Amino acid sequence: MPDQLLYAIEVSLNGLMAGIMYSLVALGFVLIFKASGIFNYAQGVLALFAALTLVGLQQGQIPFSHVINAIFGTDLHSFGWTLPSVVAIALTALVMVGMAWLIERLVLKHLVNQEPIILFMATIGLAYFLEGLGDVMWGADIKKLDVGLPQGINETIDAVTFNAFGYGFFIDNLDIIAAFVAAALVLSLTLFSQYTKYGRALRAVADDHQAALSVGISLRFIWVLVWSIAGFVALVAGIMWGSKSGVQFSLSLIALKALPVLMLGGFTSIPGAIVGGLIIGMGEKLFEFFAGPLIGGATENWFAYVLALLFLVFRPQGLFGEKIIERV
Amino acid sequence: MLYREAGDFKTSYVKDSQTFPIKADRMAYFALLAVAFGVVPFLINDYWANAVFVPFLIYAIAAIGLNILTGYCGQVSLGTGGFMAVGAYAVYKLMTTFPDVPILIHVLLAGGVTAIVGVLFGLPSLRIKGFYLAVATLAAQFFLVWLFNKVPWFYNYSASGQITAPERTMFGIAVTGASTPAWAKYLFCLVILVALAWLARNLTRGMIGRKWMAIRDMDIAAEIIGVNPLTTKLSAFAVSSFFIGVSGALFFAVYLGAAEVGEAFGINKSFLILFMVIIGGLGSMFGSFAGAAFLVLLPVLLKNVLVGGLGWPTDLAAHIELMIVGGLIIVFLILEPHGLAQLWRVAKEKLRLWPFPH
Repeated sequence: MPDQLLYAIEVSLNGLMAGIMYSLVALGFVLIFKASGIFNYAQGVLALFAALTLVGLQQGQIPFSHVINAIFGTDLHSFGWTLPSVVAIALTALVMVGMAWLIERLVLKHLVNQEPIILFMATIGLAYFLEGLGDVMWGADIKKLDVGLPQGINETIDAVTFNAFGYGFFIDNLDIIAAFVAAALVLSLTLFSQYTKYGRALRAVADDHQAALSVGISLRFIWVLVWSIAGFVALVAGIMWGSKSGVQFSLSLIALKALPVLMLGGFTSIPGAIVGGLIIGMGEKLFEFFAGPLIGGATENWFAYVLALLFLVFRPQGLFGEKIIERV
Repeated sequence: MLYREAGDFKTSYVKDSQTFPIKADRMAYFALLAVAFGVVPFLINDYWANAVFVPFLIYAIAAIGLNILTGYCGQVSLGTGGFMAVGAYAVYKLMTTFPDVPILIHVLLAGGVTAIVGVLFGLPSLRIKGFYLAVATLAAQFFLVWLFNKVPWFYNYSASGQITAPERTMFGIAVTGASTPAWAKYLFCLVILVALAWLARNLTRGMIGRKWMAIRDMDIAAEIIGVNPLTTKLSAFAVSSFFIGVSGALFFAVYLGAAEVGEAFGINKSFLILFMVIIGGLGSMFGSFAGAAFLVLLPVLLKNVLVGGLGWPTDLAAHIELMIVGGLIIVFLILEPHGLAQLWRVAKEKLRLWPFPH
């Protein structure tokens, strides 16, 4: 096979892997949108916050040490111990559940029955708040996240493809793990929503709020539950992205990468988030590979949006979204 | 007691349909204009102009523009920053290509260019609605910023990739460039804002504004009673983009002087303007002003208190400011989802009855 073709295949494989990373973020959006009709802009910041908390707990940082130092003139930095990754992850998951409870208690409870745009704006406010809170709690410097996931080129794939085609494919171990994690996540979410009591309640709420209320499902509990799950998904996304590119402010911008994935896949479909991620990831990497050099590069910033826009013109509800039926 | 319509007799239809039907309102409005034109320019200094007045005036134009699209026509847009960038780069290209044409004409032409771009990106709104459209307008935001970054023609092949406003004068006084006096910046923006606000107010209460509102309230029903969704939605995009383009042109040429597209017109600018519109009040002219004033003043105030008053390090203050802004937005939405304009309306209702509430 010619080198160019092999190279294109490698690029598209890497695109698929990147797409899975986008899907991880998009999943959190879909869960909340389905269950409460809220378009949660704060999902990316949740991932950042989860990753920051994880690193902070792991390295035994003292929360708010910046503020304490600024007010009292002390020089506190860390407790002086480090936690094993598993414990830190479990603790962070607990923090995310607490966060979900707080969000429901302080924000969503008061905004029931408001228009979608008001709820959307509230989540942007929430995103600002959490971004500030994360920095104030743990400091704004770039941190390295290491929970023991393997990184770097996968030697086996490199060797096998080199023997077969005379050209070794470069595929990151972390991306492969991300793919398995995403698959496990989708599988467990599907099992949860199909076969457990709370999963059924969740689907009922997604279907019709009022009908769900009338058969005795607690809307507020479901909201806490779904935000906790979204927080957990954010934690997973935060771990993956944080291991890949460090924990820093730009991590919250992955939300903007997940939006075209959502548009393409449909706001209400979990398989849509995965398929959309794959299409977007592969599309943008291939476009950058073929057309990028001709028009100046860095096309990844907008190509996903334009691709999603073109899809939407033909299917306004996305690939897997529920058909929008309008009545007067 | 003082604020009421009793005794204010309307003798013609024109009087009956005026913008401020109550005499006290009219007087307050003219008094405000008199202060803005007659007093502020003599007192203003560089700090007040750059920190408060000029950004307020420019953001108010942008907020009116977005309010027309989102508040009156119901199409949520997150591409405001991108459209402001179009205005800025259009005015830059016009200023440098035709140096002899008056700057005011350039600013208006930049608005026109933005209107065309706005219509282009508004086309998908005929198929896509709601949040899908909001996300789709992000395509405009990212694509336009990328375009101005990557195509050197737009920034005249300058080495830094920045655009810098050359000095242009009106009546012999510089209004753009480094040597502009504070009052000239202020007055130039004020004149444009007053003219555009008058235009917007009269557009929104005329036939075209009613069409926009019909589309906003229910587009299918509007279509059935004979409102053409194509022309109505696209005209909203055009008018809104015109306003936003003018504000982008002023933001670059008068306020910043030099701009780098990703920094000055990034996604945060889109959110900022949307916040102004929501906090001010969707579908309200007063709300656009109130929202712009609120979000321009808030950071200035917080910075003065946290850094100047409490003496905290600037980076920490910046993060706390972010938390306070985010928190305030949430509190605001919970307390009054219809924005400052609604508070104003309620206050006026109360005033009309005061001091005899029954």
